[in-house]
Amino acid sequence: MVWKYVVKNAVKIVLLGTLCAVAVYVFVFLGAKGMWIPGAMAPIGAGLISYIFLSQKRYPLRWLVPGLLFLTVMVVYPIGYTFVSSFTNVGTGHMLSKDQAIHQILERSYAPTDAVSYSYVAFADPSGNLALLLDGGGRTILYVGGVASDIQPDDPRLVDEDGDGQPDRFDSYVRLPTPEVVQRLHDIEALRIEYRGTIIALESLAEFQTRSPQYAYDPNANTITDLRTAVVYFPVDGIFTSPNGDEIYPGYKVWKGLVNYVKLITDRQVSGPFVQVFFWTFVYSTITVILNFALGLFTAILLNDPHLRLRTLYRILAVVPYALPAFITILVWRGMLNEHFGVINQILVALFGSGARIPWLQNAMWAKTSVLLVNLWLGFPYMMLIALGALQSIPSELYEAARVDGAGWWGRFHKVTLPLLLMPLAPLLIGSYAFNFNNFTLIYLLTQGGPPIAGAMTPAGATDILISYTFNLAFAGEHGNQLGLAAAVSVMIFVIIATISAINFRMTGALEELSKNV
Amino acid sequence: MYDKHTLLGSIWRHAVLIFLAAFAIFPVLWIASASFNATNNMQLQQLMPPNPSLVHYRELFTSDRYNYGMWLWNSLKITLVTSTLTVVLAGLGAYAFSRFRFKGRRVGLLGLLLIQMFPQMLAMVAIFLLVLSLGSIFPWAGLNTHTALILVYLGGAMGFNTWLMKGYFDTIPRSLEESAKVDGATPFQAFMRIILPLARPILATIFILSFITVYSELMIASILLRSNARFTLAVGMNLLISDQYGQRWGIFAAGALIAAIPFLVMFAISQRSLVSGLTRGAVKE
Repeated sequence: MVWKYVVKNAVKIVLLGTLCAVAVYVFVFLGAKGMWIPGAMAPIGAGLISYIFLSQKRYPLRWLVPGLLFLTVMVVYPIGYTFVSSFTNVGTGHMLSKDQAIHQILERSYAPTDAVSYSYVAFADPSGNLALLLDGGGRTILYVGGVASDIQPDDPRLVDEDGDGQPDRFDSYVRLPTPEVVQRLHDIEALRIEYRGTIIALESLAEFQTRSPQYAYDPNANTITDLRTAVVYFPVDGIFTSPNGDEIYPGYKVWKGLVNYVKLITDRQVSGPFVQVFFWTFVYSTITVILNFALGLFTAILLNDPHLRLRTLYRILAVVPYALPAFITILVWRGMLNEHFGVINQILVALFGSGARIPWLQNAMWAKTSVLLVNLWLGFPYMMLIALGALQSIPSELYEAARVDGAGWWGRFHKVTLPLLLMPLAPLLIGSYAFNFNNFTLIYLLTQGGPPIAGAMTPAGATDILISYTFNLAFAGEHGNQLGLAAAVSVMIFVIIATISAINFRMTGALEELSKNV
Repeated sequence: MYDKHTLLGSIWRHAVLIFLAAFAIFPVLWIASASFNATNNMQLQQLMPPNPSLVHYRELFTSDRYNYGMWLWNSLKITLVTSTLTVVLAGLGAYAFSRFRFKGRRVGLLGLLLIQMFPQMLAMVAIFLLVLSLGSIFPWAGLNTHTALILVYLGGAMGFNTWLMKGYFDTIPRSLEESAKVDGATPFQAFMRIILPLARPILATIFILSFITVYSELMIASILLRSNARFTLAVGMNLLISDQYGQRWGIFAAGALIAAIPFLVMFAISQRSLVSGLTRGAVKE
């Protein structure tokens, strides 16, 4: 039993040690790129985990660590980071931190007028380390182990085996054939060889050349100077810009405060489409929940009738849309609604003549109708199922009583059935509202948000809802990825969804009830 | 509430229900017919295929123009791994919340519920940036890797699932574990040997819910996956048809039917627990 205890603890310590080592590596790696804050999360997290697994007092937390780790890194942190990003200009051309951007800019070089070109031969030793033999300007230079030094072309270390005048080996290094040179090109390109106060770098596939750094950064003035032209670039909105408007890419992330939010509301070219999308999201979610519930409830009431024959068969058929993955059925609908080839228009034309062809997905009004129609197909079975469940819990005495009081079927429906159904179903309906509010799959696959709103500066369409609009801003725009702006829209959706959930909790008293049972 | 039907009452009820049933199943019949129809052109399709053939199914898996087989494999792999790990993570957490009393337990449980209010996919910008920098440290978990996608999906493992499982664990009598502990079992052994076998129904429910969600997830997959051969079905099928209804309708139809099968199977298995679970508000939609 003792050895078991020892082994168990040894394994534990090795695992925790590895975890801490990886965390320190992440910290150093990200720190070197100037990302100290996300970098610091790694060792802090690893320390916390080690503490939990070593402290007997914190034993229960060990069970929670795996799940909480993912929850923190993949949900909580991204949500927080979305808030932070919404106050920045992050996006195409502004992906890096300022330090990273400056670092990249300073690596650029140009060929001075007295530049020397060198032909080169590449070597590698058995463990893959590169060495170069450069030849040009009447000199031969051997670059090995990060150091460049002069060497005589007839140095005895250089062995020419096939007598073609080019050395094939020296020490343990063997010459790389051309295909392998091409394979290693990325490494060769990254080499900056310091030689007699100049820098030699790859110029073309066949040549190295003396290079001079093109830019210099002045940390005190916070400016970048082009050393060739002596033009000074000043930082403007996260990009170094010359007085006459030239910019040095890449730019970097800067704080913009509320600029993204203000843009969404006041910049006319952005806010016009945004406001349209915003209202359509609410209109669509409201109508779709009402329609789906109405049809679902209607079907449920018909199917709940004990005198009806074939109930089970009808029920199974009606559940079919719910039993298939939406990403398939929506695409099928897109095909069926196609203006020229689609079966729906074929049927309409056969029935009413060629004037009945409807531009289902091309015209803004019809595209909105299509979204509601397809979502009705997708969503009414769910509503039918929950309504069937709830109908069965209504005591039949209530109907008897209503009947004795002389209520007709309509009276029984809206005085007995509807109120008693809505009570248990309200949270599910609100949940359905929240789900449809963010139903990206439906919009993206059916209409891709289209047809486009004319004159929109941001990619927006007549059927776009907030979430698909956000996606387009962030990942699909022809204007580049406006991640900061997209994050601002995300934050707005967060607020709306949180409000809806809060109303839901309030209405059902779920939180109070749950906090009693925990 | 319901009276016996008159003849007329019977007729209109059945008429309405037949119409509804037709509405529900027509797209499915239409796509099934397209998949057996030798033509690839949607316009030439008839509901009853004149000369049924399996040519589209064959081409789907043999032609190197489509990565369909890869997508199916990717989807199944990602979904199965995610769902299995989700059950494990949620199970461990739920056990702690159900059986131990510790500082922060109450706050933790309510916190999970509150975090659940914020859908993960809304943080798409941050998830993209996170995976981008994750990839610069560990290239095997960067953009365009299934590892990254699974890691992101696992963010949703705790949360509602933990609540659902904890509720179930609470109904299992503690006396069973206590007698095991008397026999010298550690809490972990008691969990593995006693709780898990007894909790099989809830484990299956969580697994199926996770399967259904992950299998049809589109947004995060389309943000993270970049190259065709790495796509999941949800990302790939949109590309497969890409509005070429004149040339690819048949092959798309065959792919659509096959892609629906794993989902359908899971749905069928879960029917019973889903219907009872629905009223507790625990499913998709």
